Amino acid sequence: MTDTVVKDKGAVDKGAGNVADKVADARSGGAAGLFGALGGGRSSVTWLTLLGLAVVLPVSALIWGGGWHDGWTVDLVAPLDSFADWVIANRDSHPLFLYFLLHISNFATDSVDAVSSLLTSLGWVGVLALATVGAWYAAGAGRRGLRVAGVTVGSLGAIGLMGLWDPAMETLALMIVAVAASALLGVVLGLAAGLSDRVQSALRPVLDTMQVLPAFAYLLPFVLIFGTGTPSALLTTVIYAAPPMVRLTSLGLRGADPTVMEAVTSLGASKFQRLRTARLPLARKEMLLGLNQTIMMALSMVVIASVVGAGGLGENVFTALSRKNFGMGLAAGVAIVLIAVWLDRVTAAAGVRSEAQPGRKAPAPGDGRKTALIAGGGAVAAIVAGQLVQREWPEAWTFDFAEPLNRFMDWVVGAFYTDVPVLGGTSEWAGNFTTWVLNPVREGMLAVPWWAMVLLAAAAALLVGTWRGAVTAAVSLGAVGVLGVWDKSMHTLSQVVVALAITLLLGFAIGILAARVPVVERLLRPVLDTMQTMPQFIYLIPVVQLFNAGRAAAIAAAAIYALPAVVRITAQGLKTASPATLEASRSLGARSWQQIVQVQWPLARPALLVAVNQGVVLVLAVVVIGGLVGGGGLGFDVVEGLKGSELGSGLIAGVAIVCLGLMLDKLTQPTSRAAASPASGASGK
Amino acid sequence: MNKRIIRRSAIAATGVLSLVALSACSAAETGGSKGGDKTVRLHTPSWVGAEVNTAVAKELLESELGYKVETKQMDETPAWDAMSQGKIDAILEDWGHPEEVKRYVDGNKTVVAAGDLGVVGHIGWFVPKYVVDENPDITDYKNLNKYADLFKTPESGDKGQFIKGDPSYVSNDNALIKNLKLNYQPIEAGAEATHLAQLEQLYKAKKPFLTYWWTPQWMNATIDLVEVKLPEYKEGCDADENKVACAYPEVPLKKWMNADFAKEDSDAAKFLKNFNWSTEDQNLVAKYVAQDKMSSEDAAKKWIADNEDKWKAWLPK
Repeated sequence: MTDTVVKDKGAVDKGAGNVADKVADARSGGAAGLFGALGGGRSSVTWLTLLGLAVVLPVSALIWGGGWHDGWTVDLVAPLDSFADWVIANRDSHPLFLYFLLHISNFATDSVDAVSSLLTSLGWVGVLALATVGAWYAAGAGRRGLRVAGVTVGSLGAIGLMGLWDPAMETLALMIVAVAASALLGVVLGLAAGLSDRVQSALRPVLDTMQVLPAFAYLLPFVLIFGTGTPSALLTTVIYAAPPMVRLTSLGLRGADPTVMEAVTSLGASKFQRLRTARLPLARKEMLLGLNQTIMMALSMVVIASVVGAGGLGENVFTALSRKNFGMGLAAGVAIVLIAVWLDRVTAAAGVRSEAQPGRKAPAPGDGRKTALIAGGGAVAAIVAGQLVQREWPEAWTFDFAEPLNRFMDWVVGAFYTDVPVLGGTSEWAGNFTTWVLNPVREGMLAVPWWAMVLLAAAAALLVGTWRGAVTAAVSLGAVGVLGVWDKSMHTLSQVVVALAITLLLGFAIGILAARVPVVERLLRPVLDTMQTMPQFIYLIPVVQLFNAGRAAAIAAAAIYALPAVVRITAQGLKTASPATLEASRSLGARSWQQIVQVQWPLARPALLVAVNQGVVLVLAVVVIGGLVGGGGLGFDVVEGLKGSELGSGLIAGVAIVCLGLMLDKLTQPTSRAAASPASGASGK
Repeated sequence: MNKRIIRRSAIAATGVLSLVALSACSAAETGGSKGGDKTVRLHTPSWVGAEVNTAVAKELLESELGYKVETKQMDETPAWDAMSQGKIDAILEDWGHPEEVKRYVDGNKTVVAAGDLGVVGHIGWFVPKYVVDENPDITDYKNLNKYADLFKTPESGDKGQFIKGDPSYVSNDNALIKNLKLNYQPIEAGAEATHLAQLEQLYKAKKPFLTYWWTPQWMNATIDLVEVKLPEYKEGCDADENKVACAYPEVPLKKWMNADFAKEDSDAAKFLKNFNWSTEDQNLVAKYVAQDKMSSEDAAKKWIADNEDKWKAWLPK
């Protein structure tokens, strides 16, 4: 089960929670991987390969010169542009649109409008009270539900106080429809994958690809077909958010306790009865976890969805960007975080409740009915109350905290931008960093001939994983060359590599600190939670102000975004390293540093690998968005495709990003071998 | 309880699916304006100057003509696309989109012209005043190579750095740099927001920069930029986008409408055709918003209260 759960981006996108389980799973799945390969039994082969590459790369660069073979490219820009023209000319008349795609589009618009007007007609009191009652009931009613109900009142109330009630409701409407659609799609596909091995093995590569796919890369086709607006926003969100639901539903079905299944079968239950009475109820916990992750991933799309015309909080973030109003953007970002916290707590509490249920004796008759009655009564009261009070959030109850935030940011930028004594300023740092790190790395990558780069990717993937991984990595990199964007891809890749190195360095350092000093961890937790749910776009203006538009700014934004996941996984990994072993080493007189290097680090290896893999995926996603702050490369092409009319080159850049993502995933993801190992093989069936 | 829930969901899902399947037999609505209701949908662009056009028009349509106005924020090219599909009714400030005009106005005739906005746009290359004070001859493009070192940054390597604007804005910069044989490296700011943030930051630190810039632009109230003279613009010299070697033309900013919306000739359509104000007016309202941090709604109300004689003329007779 290792690979199924660990790889979900949502696992880290979401706040606190299940990382620890997953890391534990990862460990049981086998400690193979880069670190394993470097230090493990195959070390002589590994070192020989590395030595060979160390010789081949510079020599080939000197002899052949860099870049892709000129004749081997396929120019797809012109055909894609004319395809785009065809779509635009025909989308109001062609049967494919009239009888299929437009139905989807209209259905999406109508459902979001319906939910939105429902929320409006409930009034703010109605929504707040209904949400509270709902949260209380979902968390198991009684005393246990009170805390979650409190969180609900607190977060929704805070959103109202910030004066963001209306956009928040608009966002919520889109989220409700998107999550419902993702959950439905996820359950259907998950059922299929859970019950049929053939579907499972067909779906897996698709899901793997989807999660290394930066959402930014596939906005464009949707805009082309559906235009901007609700349908595009909804569909991109659904595509991004559905995979965890599929994976976890399938996982839950496959993980059903064999003894229970045997018992049910021996009672003569038919296949459908078995599914309904045993498998589905047993998979409930996983399915709720899947729902939780789906919600978190959908929320992380709020701002990106507003690039293609969804309104709500995402639009507030964008307006704030265009006015350089950092405080306003941050306020909207905080509102998104609050919605995330609220929904996370509610679904997590519901998950805990369902876990408790099987162990419980049959519930006292009437008990469930009583709470349901109370909840129902509360809901009715909420709706009535909502109608009695004015529907809009009262304006007097809002507080503007954008201004103080802006003043603070101005102060930070003013104080650190340049001419700080001794240290220099952020502007100088960025300059030196570009000159001494980024430029050499990029020039180096461009100087090496393409076949040497492909060889390097294949060799690295082989050392980390399997033959299949190596082939995938090599083919992906080759595809980038064939598409004719080799140089741009190297430009982007160099940024990803450097940003990843920085993120890992900082992340491991902070993670080690957090694992050893409990106070640091406690202080860090809320900060990390916020950073993970906060939309990346909010960092863009401050990083430009501090580091100037360019690659350094893009890398800073990427590092900030990916850091929390890496810190968290590192800390969890080190902490869960067997306490007994640690105690033993301590009693043998090992010092702190020795403990870390010789005991905790090796034991935490699988967790660290997960951290590296997550880091890669997250960094790639933001380096692409870095096109907005002068990062250039593939990200800029996608931005230009979205904003200007360069659809063809934008689409190609999107495909190239996907290829880079697949390659990087194979270089850092040892799952294929782990899956073959006995530990996970058993649970995978 | 689980059983019941599952059974009910299955029934519900089947119902929904069969409904969808049924409805799929008929052709879908292609969207667009559903006539009759008094709702107008306007484009809100990403830059403040044009945002206040929309804000003032919205305020007047709602308070004077009794319409309900929905505003939709999006980039320019997508907005053209949305207008052709009737998802928005009008764009109030357009800096020139020859490709879209060809595709939607001359092509499938879904968009029609709605007159001038009254504001005249000007695009060019600019440097800060403090740079000109020290190097007076920098304002001629012929001398730019001499000063390339001044604009060198780590990002531009051994060339001078030229900061480009938002990728959706009209731009010939790459061609200009190439065709005028300038030793400069164009750097994409990527978005207007980052472009502005970058310029403001450099200006505060009194660092030299050369950039794509335009008027009207609300930031001109706080930063003092001087234009660099490019070879004079002559009719047609920018016909081939790869061979451009002349300045940008003056752009009388235009308004466009969805063809069906214009044909209905409602009060709203008449009003939007009449909408016409000066660069000064627009800059003033934009300053209220961007610098004084008023909401665009309040800024529009303030201007409307102060300028009754101007907007009275826009109302349909």
